Amino acid sequence: MRNAMPNFRHWLVAGALTLGTTLAYAADTIKVGVLHSLSGTMAISETTLKDTVLMLVDEQNKKGGLLGKKLEAVVVDPASNWPLFAEKARELLQKEKVDVVFGCWTSVSRKSVLPVFEELNGILFYPVQYEGEESSKNVFYTGAAPNQQAIPAVDYLMKDLSVKRWVLAGTDYVYPRTTNKILEAYLKAKGVKDEDIMINYTPFGHSDWQSIVSDIKKFGSAGKKTAVVSTINGDANVPFYKELGNQGISATDIPVVAFSVGEEELSGIDTKPLVGHLAAWNYFMSVKDKANDAFIKKWHAFIKDPKRVTNDPMEAHYIGFNMWVKAVEKAKSVDPDKVIPAMVGIQFPNLTGGVSKMLPNHHLTKPVLIGEIQGDGQFDVVWKTKGLVEGDAWSDFLPGSKDLIADWADPKINCGNYNTVTKKCAGQNY
Amino acid sequence: MVSRTPFCAGLAGLALMLVALLTSPTLYAADDATLQTTLVQLREADFAEKAALVESLAAQDHPRMATILKALADSRLYYQTDGDRVVIGLNDAAEITIEDAVSGAALGQAGKRDLDRITANNRLRGMIENLLASLGLASADPQQRRLAVEAFLRSPNPVGAERLKAQLAVEPDQKLKELLTVALALADLASEDATVRAKAATAMGGWTPSEIRGPLMQAAAADSDAAVREAAKIALAKTEFRLQMLGWAETLFFGLSLGSVLILAAIGLAVTFGVMGVINMAHGELMMLGAYTTWLVQQWLPVNWSLPVAVPLAFLVAALVGIAIERGIIRFLYGRPLETLLATFGVSLILQQAVRSIFSPLNRSVATPDWMSGTILLGPLEVTLNRLIIVGFCIAVFAALWLALQRTRLGLEVRAVAQNRAMARAMGVRSARVDALTFGLGSGIAGVAGVALSQLTNVGPNLGQSYIVDSFMVVVFGGVGNLWGTLVAGLSLGVANKLLEPWAGAVLAKIVVLVFLILFIQKRPRGLFPQRGRAAEV
Repeated sequence: MRNAMPNFRHWLVAGALTLGTTLAYAADTIKVGVLHSLSGTMAISETTLKDTVLMLVDEQNKKGGLLGKKLEAVVVDPASNWPLFAEKARELLQKEKVDVVFGCWTSVSRKSVLPVFEELNGILFYPVQYEGEESSKNVFYTGAAPNQQAIPAVDYLMKDLSVKRWVLAGTDYVYPRTTNKILEAYLKAKGVKDEDIMINYTPFGHSDWQSIVSDIKKFGSAGKKTAVVSTINGDANVPFYKELGNQGISATDIPVVAFSVGEEELSGIDTKPLVGHLAAWNYFMSVKDKANDAFIKKWHAFIKDPKRVTNDPMEAHYIGFNMWVKAVEKAKSVDPDKVIPAMVGIQFPNLTGGVSKMLPNHHLTKPVLIGEIQGDGQFDVVWKTKGLVEGDAWSDFLPGSKDLIADWADPKINCGNYNTVTKKCAGQNY
Repeated sequence: MVSRTPFCAGLAGLALMLVALLTSPTLYAADDATLQTTLVQLREADFAEKAALVESLAAQDHPRMATILKALADSRLYYQTDGDRVVIGLNDAAEITIEDAVSGAALGQAGKRDLDRITANNRLRGMIENLLASLGLASADPQQRRLAVEAFLRSPNPVGAERLKAQLAVEPDQKLKELLTVALALADLASEDATVRAKAATAMGGWTPSEIRGPLMQAAAADSDAAVREAAKIALAKTEFRLQMLGWAETLFFGLSLGSVLILAAIGLAVTFGVMGVINMAHGELMMLGAYTTWLVQQWLPVNWSLPVAVPLAFLVAALVGIAIERGIIRFLYGRPLETLLATFGVSLILQQAVRSIFSPLNRSVATPDWMSGTILLGPLEVTLNRLIIVGFCIAVFAALWLALQRTRLGLEVRAVAQNRAMARAMGVRSARVDALTFGLGSGIAGVAGVALSQLTNVGPNLGQSYIVDSFMVVVFGGVGNLWGTLVAGLSLGVANKLLEPWAGAVLAKIVVLVFLILFIQKRPRGLFPQRGRAAEV
C-alpha cells in the first residue's frame, strides 16, 4: 500500500519533470550520461552524485577535454522510480548516444538498468557499496563489495572490541538481506552460536523504533559484549539513532556499526547522541591526505557552499571517472568494445593515500576504514586495513557463490560467473 | 542500562568539583613536567598506548587531571601543529578558544588548521567516564554518588569494592544503599569462596540492569559450584519474571506512543476529510511544512525554547497554506472527489519540490531540546521522555480541537455546514467562509503534528509521504466524520501494531494490520463509529 502511492506519484513526476537534455548540441563532443534521481525518495543521496560528475566533467574540460574533444554531461532524472531507470538508461544510450554513464544508487535500480546496458553495450559506473553476487561486462563497480566493508568491520568488532553477540539490523530489501546472509555465514564460520545472533528487518522509512531498540537492549544485556551491525538504509537511520540515544544506549554500551551512514546522512542529524558509533567505508572526508584536501577544496568551490560534505560514493565516482578517462586515452577511442578491455588494470590514486586498481572482475582494490562518529558530523578513523583489499564479486561465504569467480580479462573465462568446480560459465550474462 | 539524561551536566559538575577538590593544598600535585611528558606521548600513541597513558594520567593526581581527561573524552584535546604544547578547546567554533592543558592559562584563539585533535575511541571514552565517575563517590550530591556506583557496576574491581563498602556504612540515601549492596554482591560474585558467591547471586535476583543480570546469567550457566549455579538460577528466575512484567508494560506504552503519533498525523485529516469530505492528498505536506517551521525557528532561537514558539507558528503557516489551497483550488471542486484527489495530489508534489528547491533535497537537522531527551521512571518502568511528552501533546491537541468544535461559534458553524449545507446557509451561515476556515483549522493541526514529528523522524521533503497512508487508514477505520473514532482507531492500531511486532517482526506486523483493516472495512464500510443522521446519506 505504501509502495503503490510513491510509484503512482513518480509516474506523474516523471511526466512533469523529464529533464532530458537542454544542452545545445556541440559540434563534436564526448557525452557523459548522468543517471541519478533528482526527485523522489533517493534524491537526498543521488543529487550530490550528479553534482560530483558535473564537477569532474567541468574539471576535465578545463584540462583540455579528452582526445581533443570537449566532454558534455547529459543529465536525466529517473525520479527514484525503478522501471523509469531502465527507460532513462535506454534514452541515454539510444537517443543521446552517450559514451559512458555514471549512475544508480540502489541495487534494484542497478538490476533494472543492467539488461539495457548489456543489450545496447553501454558502460555504467556504479559508485555505491552493494551486496556483490554480480559482475557484468558492461558495469564497473567502484563502490565496495561485502568483503571490502562488511567483513572487515565485523573483524574489527570481533578482535578490537571483543564483541560476542551480534544484532544484524537492516532495511527489508536485497542489499541488507544478502549482506546479512553473508555475515551470518561468516560469523558462524568463526564459531558464533545461533542464539548470539539476532536478525531484524524493518520496512523502508521505518520511523517507530521503540520496540526494536528495546529488544536490542534486552538482547545486549546478557552479559556478553554486544554490537549492532546496521544495514538500515537512508531515512530510517535518523529515528533509529534518536531512539538509541533516548533509551540511553551509548556507543560504549552497544556500538552500532553502519554501512549506509556517511557524512551526507549525518549532516541531517543532530549528532550529539551518536558520538562513538561506527561506520565502515573506503573513504572518510576527515582523512588527512593531499589529494583529499584538494578534492574537498574543488568541491566547495564548485558547489559554492563551504559547509557541504564529501562522502564515499563521491570518491567512488572520482576514481571511476578518472579511470575511465585513462582508459579512453589508452584505447584512443570511446568505443565501449575498446574501452571495456582497456579498463582492467588501470590504476588511479584514491583519496586516502593508496592507489586503487581495476580488477578483472570489474571491482576495485580499496582500503577499508572504520570511523567513529564525532560531534561535528565527521568521522575519526580508528582502524584501517594494512593494504588495499581486492573487491570480491562472489562471496566466499555463501554456498551458491563460493565456487564462482568473475574474470573479464582472461580470454579462457571471459564471463562474470565462472564456476571453478564445473569449469563453466553459468549461462546468463551476469 | 542506566539513564543518561543528567549525564553531561553531571560530568561537567563533577569535573568542576574535582578541580576544586584536587587543587586543595592537602593533596599532592604531581609536577607539571611529568604531566607534560605524558601529554606529549599521547600525541603519537595508538589507542592501546593511549589507554595505558590515561591510566598513568589518572595515577598522577595532578590538579588538571580531571579537566584533561574530560577534554580527551569530549574530543576537545588538541596539540598545536607547531611546538609541542597540548591545549584544550573551550568551544566548537571555526576559531577555537584554547587554554594550556597543563597550566590552564588562556591562550586566546586558534584556527582549526593550527590544531590537531588527539582522538579518542569508544574504549578510551568508556574508560575515562568510569575513571571520572568513580571519583564522585565521596560527593555530597546523591546523583554523583549514584553515577560512581554505576561506573563501578560497569567495571567491578577490588579497590573500588573497598571504597563502596566504606560508603555503604555511611550512605544516608535508602535507594542508593540498595544499589550499593547489589554492587558489592556483584563484586562478591568473583570471590573464591563458593558460599559467598551463592549469597551474592541470591542478592542479585530481581535486578534488571544488564551489568548485574549479565554476570548472574554467566554464574547460572558456568559457575564451578553446583550450589552457586542453583542460587543464580533462582535469582535469575526472579529477574526474568520482573523483566517479563516490565516488557508487557513497555509494549503497552510503545503502542500508546505509536498510537498518539498516528492520531496526531490523522486528526487534521479527520477535520478536512472527516467533517468536510475533502480528500486532501497534500495533508502530509502540510505536516512537512510544520516540521520545516520548527527547523527555521531553531535557526533563530535556542533549542530549548524553540518548540513552544514553533507550535503556534507551525499552526499559522500550515493554516495559511491550507486556506490558500482551499480558496485557490478546492472550492471549485466540491462534490467532485476524484478531481479533488488529483488536484491536491498535484499540490503535494508542488509543495515537495518547492521545499527541495528552497531548502535542498537533504534532510534538515532538528535538534531535540534537553527537556525532551533521555528517559524518566514511571514507577518501575523506564520510558523515553520525548515519547511521553508527545503522548501528552497529542491529548492536548485533541482536547483543544474538540473544544474548538464543540464550544466555539466557528465550531458550531462547522458542524452545521457539515450536517446540512443548504439549511445552514438558510440560517445565515456564510458557508464559503466556514469552508475556508475549517480547511485552515485542519491544515493548521497538521502543521502542529509536524512539530511533533520533527522530534521523531527526518525533516525532509519526503516526511509527508510516509504518513499520509497511515493518516487515511486511521480516519477511515475510526469512521469518517467522527473525532472520537479517530482517537480510538489511532490508539487501537498503535497498540495492535506493537503487540504484533515482537513475534511477527515490523514488516509482517504492518501487513497483518493492513489485512485486518481491509477485512474490517468490508464488514463495516463506515468504520468503527459511523456517523448517523441525515449527513450520512448525503
